[in-house]
Amino acid sequence: MKNVSLIIAVIALGAFAAGTAHIGAQSSSECLTCHGDASMQDSSGHSIAVDGDKFHGSIHGPLECTNCHADIKGYPHPDKIAAVQCETCHADEAKGLVGSVHADGKEHPCTSCHGNAHEIQPKTDPRSAVYPLNVPKTCGNCHGTEGMAKKHGLASVYPLYMDSIHGFALSKEGLLVAANCNSCHGSHHILSRKDPESPTYRSNVPATCGKCHAGIETDYMTGIHGKAVAAGNKNAPVCSDCHTAHAIEQPTADAFRMQSTPICGNCHKEKFSTYRDTFHSQLGSLGGYVETARCWDCHGAHGILPASDPRSPVAPANLVATCGRCHAGANASFVQYQPHANAHNRKLNPALYYIGLFMNLLLVSVLTFFLIHTILWLIRQRLEQVKRKSTEGGNNA
Amino acid sequence: MPDLEKAVAGGNGSAAESGRYIRRFTSAQRWMHGVLFSSFLGLAATGLPMRFSQSFWARKFAAGVGGFGAIIFFHKLCALVLTVAFLIHLKNIFQRGIVNREKGIFWGPNSMVANWKDVKDLIGHLRWFVGLGKRPTFGRYAYWEKFDYWAVFWGMIIIGFSGYAMWFAPFFARFLPGWALNAVLVVHSEEGLLAILFIFSIHFVNTHLRPDTFPMDMVIFTGVESEEEFKHKRPEEFDALVKAGKLESRLGPAPATWWINFARVIGFTAILIGLTLLVLTLSAYFT
Repeated sequence: MKNVSLIIAVIALGAFAAGTAHIGAQSSSECLTCHGDASMQDSSGHSIAVDGDKFHGSIHGPLECTNCHADIKGYPHPDKIAAVQCETCHADEAKGLVGSVHADGKEHPCTSCHGNAHEIQPKTDPRSAVYPLNVPKTCGNCHGTEGMAKKHGLASVYPLYMDSIHGFALSKEGLLVAANCNSCHGSHHILSRKDPESPTYRSNVPATCGKCHAGIETDYMTGIHGKAVAAGNKNAPVCSDCHTAHAIEQPTADAFRMQSTPICGNCHKEKFSTYRDTFHSQLGSLGGYVETARCWDCHGAHGILPASDPRSPVAPANLVATCGRCHAGANASFVQYQPHANAHNRKLNPALYYIGLFMNLLLVSVLTFFLIHTILWLIRQRLEQVKRKSTEGGNNA
Repeated sequence: MPDLEKAVAGGNGSAAESGRYIRRFTSAQRWMHGVLFSSFLGLAATGLPMRFSQSFWARKFAAGVGGFGAIIFFHKLCALVLTVAFLIHLKNIFQRGIVNREKGIFWGPNSMVANWKDVKDLIGHLRWFVGLGKRPTFGRYAYWEKFDYWAVFWGMIIIGFSGYAMWFAPFFARFLPGWALNAVLVVHSEEGLLAILFIFSIHFVNTHLRPDTFPMDMVIFTGVESEEEFKHKRPEEFDALVKAGKLESRLGPAPATWWINFARVIGFTAILIGLTLLVLTLSAYFT
């Protein structure tokens, strides 16, 4: 059924194209008599040449020149020619641009993204500048330059994206489903991430990522962070806080595991500091052995639940299984180990506190005693040496 | 004090005036010291980056040697070597003291066990430091040498036990309470830090770098010291040997020049590594 309707559509489109092409070709060939000359320039030296073959092959090929250049009725042309108004036909897109970051038509004409209007291709055509696989490069024309940072305070995100997992999926694997700029930011109605309407506004980020990562979004929304975001907590982490927005890495990759714990530490300062005191962190910080437990290895990543929730991997009943993922043979006594023990807190960890205190006192007292002992010894021996030398010198003289 | 001057001249392994050398350490003991300090340097060099894993040099060092995987491998390797050395030492003590019933191992002037004279020596030494008395005379092992020995002895038991408890945590958890697994890291790192700071500052200066022995006491490498040096450093042991007529039996061969030079290279390398680690430790501790 689908195939049949497709064939009908193709035939209908072909008949339409053949019919109008005839009229259009006749009309535009008249213009191309002059404008087909590649060297043609206006009085101020701008090229006003049109490549006829490319124009006829473009999505606008069936149109007559005067459809867009409406103020030109014949030859000679009027002295001042009005700018082409794309919104005459593309009204929805023009409406989308209103209020967007690209609203200024002088700064951002349609052609800055879609390319030469005489050679435009539909976005499903691989030659199109807005074909999914070409979008990052097109946006990168501006958003990959240092000029953006100076003019608009925006980072050069293109290289970050291209090295990200999305960029790799797009450029290396050639996946049309890989997230490109439009997937998150939209196309015409692009809003600042500070705008509550924007898909990149903090509290909208989970839904935006969830368009593709639906399972993760569901998982995230059941967790403590997702619930906090849903409740309007502006500080609760959304996808981009941990994964970044553009430089997204494969979370299982060494590089991400190495740099990741401080992300949680941004908010969970005390937990991060006590984690830093443990063997897990000491091992994990040095690289080359990335298996050591990071926050989410124990707590989970998206659907993080408090230890009081029986579904949580750090719920007391689940600890043997959770620790046992790395520590084969972990038993009930083993999981009494406190991965966030604080040796400075006498109330919470009395045994550890007193052991630490004892060890510190031992260290300080032994070193202090022997330091004084050694310094006094050095002084005395030096004095004896000097005394000896002076007597010897006297004897020799 | 002319004899003292001569002794000082012989302090770093130079030739004896009398041409006679007294044996202080057997070759097994010198080997033991060699294995001890090599594995200790290895443990310190790989332990410190873990203890101060947030410091800039720890990460650089780790990256240089192949990351944490390489560090823990060498740490465990050195730990095994040191454990074997310690067990051999215990076996020797058992053999000499219990099986062969050798006298003077557990008590007396030649024993490592502290006695009342050590207390008097310590006080007398301190009084001499501040000019309140004469320098005490020392026997085979002076009190600070005994302290070195016992610090290492108990250090190995404490650091070794806590290290193995971390290495085989699930096994140790069968008979240790959960909080002990937290405690072993604190104990291991603090005791290790104490050992490192002590050896690289106090032991280095007391035994090698102080004016009497500067820059290095070679006796642990050559096994012998010149008669003058021996007499100056350990007058009580010397007198006892002369009195018992056993001095002749303790005479040893003069150390070969190549061996002294070789030992100097090894010894200075060890001291240099130690001092470097000391500086890094202090920098990490105070920043």
